[in-house]
Amino acid sequence: MKLTIYRYDPEKDAAPRYQDYDVPVDSHDRMLLDALVKAKAQDDSLSFRRSCREGVCGSDAVNINGKNGLACITKIAELPEHVTIRPLPGLPVIRDLIVDMTQFFKQYHSIKPYVMNSDPPPERERLQSPEEREHLDGLYECILCACCSTSCPSWWWNPDKFVGPAGLLQAYRFIADTRDQATSERLDNLEDPYRLFRCHTIMNCVDVCPKGLNPTKAINHIKELLVKRAV
Amino acid sequence: MIPVRRFDAIVVGAGGSGMRAALELARANLKVAVLSKVFPTRSHTVAAQGGIAAPLANSTEDNWHWHMYDTVKGSDYLGDQDAIEYMCRRAIEVVVELEHMGMPFDRLENGKIYQRPFGGHTQDYGSAKMAMRACAAADRTGHAMLHTLYQQNVRANTQFLVEWMALDLILDPQDGAVVGVTALEMETGELCILQGKGVLLATGGAGRIYWATTNAFINTGDGLGMVARAGLPLEDMEFWQFHPTGVAGAGVLITEGVRGEGGYLLNKNGERFMERYAPNAKDLASRDVVSRAMTTEIKEGRGCGEHGDHVLLKLDHLGPEVIMHRLPGIREIAMKFANADPIRDPIPVVPTVHYQMGGIPTNYMGQVVAPEGASKEAIVPGLYAVGECACVSVHGANRLGTNSLLDLLVFGKAGGEQLIKDLRTQPTPHRNLPKDAGEPTRARLARLDGAKSGERVVDVLNDLRRTMQAHCAVFRFPDDLHKGVEKVKELGERVQRTFIGDKSKVYNTARVEALELENLVETAMATMISAEARKESRGAQARADFPERDDKNWMKHTLWYKEGNRLDYKPVHLRPLTVQTMEPKVRTY
Repeated sequence: MKLTIYRYDPEKDAAPRYQDYDVPVDSHDRMLLDALVKAKAQDDSLSFRRSCREGVCGSDAVNINGKNGLACITKIAELPEHVTIRPLPGLPVIRDLIVDMTQFFKQYHSIKPYVMNSDPPPERERLQSPEEREHLDGLYECILCACCSTSCPSWWWNPDKFVGPAGLLQAYRFIADTRDQATSERLDNLEDPYRLFRCHTIMNCVDVCPKGLNPTKAINHIKELLVKRAV
Repeated sequence: MIPVRRFDAIVVGAGGSGMRAALELARANLKVAVLSKVFPTRSHTVAAQGGIAAPLANSTEDNWHWHMYDTVKGSDYLGDQDAIEYMCRRAIEVVVELEHMGMPFDRLENGKIYQRPFGGHTQDYGSAKMAMRACAAADRTGHAMLHTLYQQNVRANTQFLVEWMALDLILDPQDGAVVGVTALEMETGELCILQGKGVLLATGGAGRIYWATTNAFINTGDGLGMVARAGLPLEDMEFWQFHPTGVAGAGVLITEGVRGEGGYLLNKNGERFMERYAPNAKDLASRDVVSRAMTTEIKEGRGCGEHGDHVLLKLDHLGPEVIMHRLPGIREIAMKFANADPIRDPIPVVPTVHYQMGGIPTNYMGQVVAPEGASKEAIVPGLYAVGECACVSVHGANRLGTNSLLDLLVFGKAGGEQLIKDLRTQPTPHRNLPKDAGEPTRARLARLDGAKSGERVVDVLNDLRRTMQAHCAVFRFPDDLHKGVEKVKELGERVQRTFIGDKSKVYNTARVEALELENLVETAMATMISAEARKESRGAQARADFPERDDKNWMKHTLWYKEGNRLDYKPVHLRPLTVQTMEPKVRTY
């Protein structure tokens, strides 16, 4: 297959460029990551992140023919013969397909991503019914790959002010957890024209999430809670 | 001059055990740096699926004594019984703590943590009744645990050095105490010395030495390489766990939880063959037992598929409800990597390298120990190791499923506690760094940067992984082992001649891969030499020429040294902390 890959090494390149690779793929090469690894075997200067190669660590999010996704679970068979791979949009490029994710994690940290509960911990587990636990499904599975936030026009425009779909999905994950007691503080933290309300339900996030999660739905839940609180 | 940064403690690795230790250290208000080659939630703990062991007795009667018995038996009596007792007794504490931290465990109707059966975990000291001991968050337990630990570290303001790779230990030549590490900041390519009063290694396993592995690209045994180069031994490196159910051809893990929920294995005749090999536990026998049975089925012509090279894992009879609710991640993986929807189709699976039972020798407080003078277990001052890179040894010759996540929490916490204690009882200022601190690392980097030609890293790596797969797998043959030793020695020389085309300072992944290869080859060497020398079969070491366990001559831990490939041995701790010794017996399931 033919790969056209965004290349940029700040030490050598005055500007980013594209480079073509002809990668012979056989039946053992299932995923786009297999092809990328083969391209790197041809040219060891090609740089990208990867680790688990099974879609759970979130390292190898890239832009594939214009759409964000994880290279390790994107099947070659489902791609056209010619694939263009770019770094995730909207983040500074460190080198080639490797982006600087500082801003993304800053937004994640800003929602206080941990259960807050000031009661003294019981001797055994805090109880939670299966129905209560089910509210966390579709939320806790996020792998922080940034496919969603970096496909969101609102986030491209205000990455420093808008929390973005990944952070908001996690904000709701803790609101939805019956063990968390900080809902009102969490809502205060989001009641802001930028932090939450820059979401205009464009829904690119839902379209690209490699884990099939729905940040827009979570964001709407948060908005509903704010409305309920106001009336 | 290499720039120096000073901390109280340095944690190398931010997987489950590193982050559990870091949490302890951060809460003690120490100045800590946690290095990781990847962003913490990308560490390989994230891929653990089925559960974490704790005798909570939420669904079946259970207690730590039974858990301890199963772990000792599972280890094929090579596990140290003091350490195993310690781990099993702290299991409830650390799992309950994890729940309090926010871990999204699945729940029972009464609101308690959901627990499922797992291989080798029984009730009443090995009876035919399985214990439901594996606390699970669907089949994403590792992911849920790693994220929970990261979140708590965010809360505790832990200082992470993300995308930094530790390269070598720095020792005080006076007494061999560890006083820091050299590390590469990947984004800038700068070499730095991180000086600390304690260094805790939590670098994980090295399953990338094999061709077919469930392990991530990053699992390259960096801590093992650092320790070996520092002249310290590695323990029991011949023991590698082959997980029975890796997706055939892809290597990706399918949790034992599938069999815990009621799935089972079939050969090409549609026979549930585990009934012949383990009449009681059947498909939930210990992993070494199941992997050998599968390999035997395949070798004797009862494998499935066009080439007869795998068996089938059947779970459609569990019904869509159980599969979608308890095993959703497995379904995703099977559909992506095997083109099989387990609601209808069985998953093609083969034994696949998964876990390293051996590692850096430690006691159960996480302190690294090595022979010195009359002692076989003298403490190496300033050095700690926890998690898969360490050999405590709680897993002995074979680990039970769900005991690895438990190991991460118990010994991550214990290692952190011990480090704090050591810093508080010896409130010395930082020692002076030796004059040539960092010089060996700089020389390694200079060789790589200066090389204008040589062996391609990817070629040496692929040859290494193929060699290990062919010479030191589920069943081990004397001829293969002899030749394997020679081949790995040759590979060790080729590693000295590697060449990278990429000379950039900025995020040079070619350089990182070349440095990882230097760690992989030490791991492979330790494995081949130790396996060749051990003339018995025990746990994951199954030798065709010595098919029986030999407690008289081989109930002992192997210690391998890089220098001259020297071997030493030390006794197994047969005495637990408070209970009676669990005497070795014939191991059947």
